[in-house]
Amino acid sequence: MPPSPSPSPPAPVFRAHGLTKVYRMGEVEVHALRGVDLELFSGEFVVLLGPSGSGKSTLLNILGGLDAPTGGDVWYVDHRLTGADDRALTRFRREHVGFVFQFYNLIPSLTARENVAIVTELAEHPMPPEEALARVGLGDRMDHFPAQMSGGEQQRVAIARAIAKRPAVLLCDEPTGALDSATGVRVLEALEQVNAQLGTTTVVITHNAGIAAMAHRVLYLGDGRIVREERPPRRVPAKELSW
Amino acid sequence: MNALTRKALRDLWHMRTQALAIAWVIAGGVATLVMSQSTLESLDSTRAQFYQEGALADLWAPLKRAPDTLLPQLEAVPGVQAAQPRLLAAATLDVPGFGEPARSEVVSLPIRGGQPLLNRVHLTSGRLPDPDAEGEIVLGEAFAQSHRLRPGDSLHMILRGHARTVRIVGIGTSPEYVYQSPPGAVFPDFLRYAVLWMNRHAMEKALNMDGAFDNLAFRLLPGARQAAVAADVDALLARYGGVGAYGRHEQTSVRYLEEEMRQLRTMATLFPAIFLGVAAFLMHVVLMRLLGTQRDQVGVLKAFGYGNRTLAGHYLGMAAWIALGGALLGIALGAGLGRWLAHVYQEIYRFPFLTYRLSTRAVELGLGVSLAAASGGALMALRAAATLPPAEAMRAPAPTRFGPTLLERLGFQRWLSPAARIALRDLERRPGRALFTVVGLAMACAVMMVGRFQGDSVERMVDVQLSIAQTHDIEVSFVEPAPRRAVFELAALPGVREAEPLRSVPVRLVHGLRSYRTSIEGVPVGARLRRPIDARLRPVQPQGDGVLLTDYLQKMLDLKPGDRVEVQALEGHRRLREVPVAGFVHEYIGARGYMDLDALNRLLGDGDVVSGALLGVTPGAEPDVYARLDRRPWVAGVASRLASVRSFYATMGESLLVFTLVAALLGAVINFGVVYNAARISLSERGRELASLRVLGMTRGEVGALLLGQLGLLVAVSLPFGLAAGWLLCWLMALGFQSELFRVPVQLTTATYAFAALTVLGASAVSALLVYRRIARLDLVAVLKTRE
Repeated sequence: MPPSPSPSPPAPVFRAHGLTKVYRMGEVEVHALRGVDLELFSGEFVVLLGPSGSGKSTLLNILGGLDAPTGGDVWYVDHRLTGADDRALTRFRREHVGFVFQFYNLIPSLTARENVAIVTELAEHPMPPEEALARVGLGDRMDHFPAQMSGGEQQRVAIARAIAKRPAVLLCDEPTGALDSATGVRVLEALEQVNAQLGTTTVVITHNAGIAAMAHRVLYLGDGRIVREERPPRRVPAKELSW
Repeated sequence: MNALTRKALRDLWHMRTQALAIAWVIAGGVATLVMSQSTLESLDSTRAQFYQEGALADLWAPLKRAPDTLLPQLEAVPGVQAAQPRLLAAATLDVPGFGEPARSEVVSLPIRGGQPLLNRVHLTSGRLPDPDAEGEIVLGEAFAQSHRLRPGDSLHMILRGHARTVRIVGIGTSPEYVYQSPPGAVFPDFLRYAVLWMNRHAMEKALNMDGAFDNLAFRLLPGARQAAVAADVDALLARYGGVGAYGRHEQTSVRYLEEEMRQLRTMATLFPAIFLGVAAFLMHVVLMRLLGTQRDQVGVLKAFGYGNRTLAGHYLGMAAWIALGGALLGIALGAGLGRWLAHVYQEIYRFPFLTYRLSTRAVELGLGVSLAAASGGALMALRAAATLPPAEAMRAPAPTRFGPTLLERLGFQRWLSPAARIALRDLERRPGRALFTVVGLAMACAVMMVGRFQGDSVERMVDVQLSIAQTHDIEVSFVEPAPRRAVFELAALPGVREAEPLRSVPVRLVHGLRSYRTSIEGVPVGARLRRPIDARLRPVQPQGDGVLLTDYLQKMLDLKPGDRVEVQALEGHRRLREVPVAGFVHEYIGARGYMDLDALNRLLGDGDVVSGALLGVTPGAEPDVYARLDRRPWVAGVASRLASVRSFYATMGESLLVFTLVAALLGAVINFGVVYNAARISLSERGRELASLRVLGMTRGEVGALLLGQLGLLVAVSLPFGLAAGWLLCWLMALGFQSELFRVPVQLTTATYAFAALTVLGASAVSALLVYRRIARLDLVAVLKTRE
């Protein structure tokens, strides 16, 4: 996929229409999504902003093929995700999606390099684990175990793990949620760099409004709907952010 | 119900499959314990009751012939309370419609009728013979049952060449013949060997023993010294061909039953120990894991003021509930198995009644040991719960530190995939748990092998006996030692391919202070039909004047080759001679000596005589040969070799099969308990890790392989240990079972190894499948947000 820094490229990677999601929590019905229409474009860096309970995680999970919507339709390029079975969704995740978790979720018994390798071994044309780790600035920490690294470093390993298989889209759920500001900025820099250099469509969900300034596009979620969409007039580099 | 109890019950419900798996392992242990213990008690009380009601003698004295007038002298021996003279004789029976002859031991009943004073006949149907009616008998119940004979039926009997028809008037048994095996055989043969009772008067005539007896049974006064009485009796009977008095511990039936109960006692400790050990380990692992996930809860409870003791009691209570469930299940199972085992025993040991009873003691024992095992397993968890400071309990545990494994440090790193590294590093981080998992699995494998051990060893014994040591078709025993030409006469019978002389002499072997009553067999030069064998199963030909002894006698009499052993012949001239020990031979059944036939006859000084013959018969000629043998009055008994083996398998086959199945099931229970719990704990510890990998695109199969691969590795590692442990366990059991009656060979077949290995793999696969279904249900969404 060619790098495309343009804020509005023509071909949408994701198309969602009328997405609804209703959870049953015991005897209570929770409407997490109440009709979301969305298009995400190749190479875009999108921040989903909203308070907890606004439905942003649910939306991310549905885009990532982890959860199925109650109503509506989602397309990834020409794959229809709605109604796909577990096997197809697993393949979709394996081939096209990179995930970054709030709590890193590294495998404690594997070194940084091996944590990346365990994913690249599944991929068709991955980059070498060393290259992925170098891209996030961890070229010198490759043989460290998670317990020997700081939270920021662990999160950067997680990013390296997510990008090493050259996914079309990188989905990050509160990637800086467990980190202090300075460490969080380093993680965002890594995401920014990946987006710019590899052209990976990147979706970051956060309730930290400070991050919004680095996005091409910011989607505000509230009560299960996209309430507002913004294109920052000037993208602020991650290293200038603070909160 | 207080809140903490409610929590315990809900936690238990939450981990019900794991709790159930542990409960089943406990149940397995308690079941074997209750089964063995209750059967032992039932057997013990039945035996005591039968021996008492049947007035089992304390001392037996076989002899050649003594007049009834000697009786007062025998009764006057100090320590003797009562003496019962009688006649014992071997006879051949022809059952209508049964093509082969059956051997029988005929026991005389008092001349004036009624029950004998000692060794009474317990009638299960019919009546005792009328003292005036000659052809009436009471037939042993085992033989009667095998041939469906009832009072009123008739049999053809040949007693010392006198053929006559006898009428069955009663069916019975006696405490003297609870275990009935044909002379020289180790297994019962109810189709071809019978015990029967008839009037002494009728026997006297046939045996030409008017007013004489050839066997005595004694009851001793309480406190009498058996050895002293035996010595006095032997002295009195020396002139009458006494072959030495012996007590209950040398009486075949008593001895076999005692042996069986000793084996049962071994089982009552060995098996439950294995099961409860594994259960304790499982309890430990499961509770430690539970406590790991409940650190915060323990912290909160402590912060609220719950004391250490209360919290320890909480977790102990959970262990106790599991133990109680397992114990109850085990007691029910054990009672069922015990009932079955008692039934099997009654097939082999012919008690007229065997009242199986589940005693309070067995139940208490089952409950006690299961609770002890559970609390033993819970101990570490209790300590951990008690020593956890409240504040620390509220914090998440520190991240686990990992490092490269030894294998990787040695340079094998590049051959290991990340998945393999995860598995290996995880194992190396908890070596104790991995070790116990391997040990548990090995034990499961071992238990399954023990289930087939009995069958394998019996097969081995029979195989060695039939293919190497004894290749004759028919064994003929003579009424008394006869000149060797009697063998030539038999060799000339139509259908007889070859005939070899046989000489068996009852002797007492003495070395230093140790002595043993047995027999010495004379082996003719160039013997082919029956030969002693050495430890490598090669036939040995006795040479010179030395005696070859069964290796078990080496230990019993403390002998080594070159030593001289005193041989006291117990028949004929009763000479006492010193004989050099030429070597030792290997035998599974019995313990005796072998000498060159001519050397033996020279030693005894009775001339060139034989006591029987072995015949090789052309196929199909057996019935004809039997008929001709029956007509010879000097033929006391005839036995077919192959037929007894077939009969043994018919009697034992079913119970051996059930035993194998039960052991396989018990092994599978351990296996399931270990594998399932290991997998569940792994899943619980690594659930987040695995779910992350699922999110990152691994399929269920790949994630499953990651989790179960580690277990598969442990199962694979456990297999060789399991097979070795199984062999060792069988060896231990064989060691415990060995006696001068028989030594069980530890010769497990390839089929047994394969059976154990495949059952281990199968049971592991089933548990893995159950856990795999949980991998499919991993919550992929939750993992994104939660922190362990």
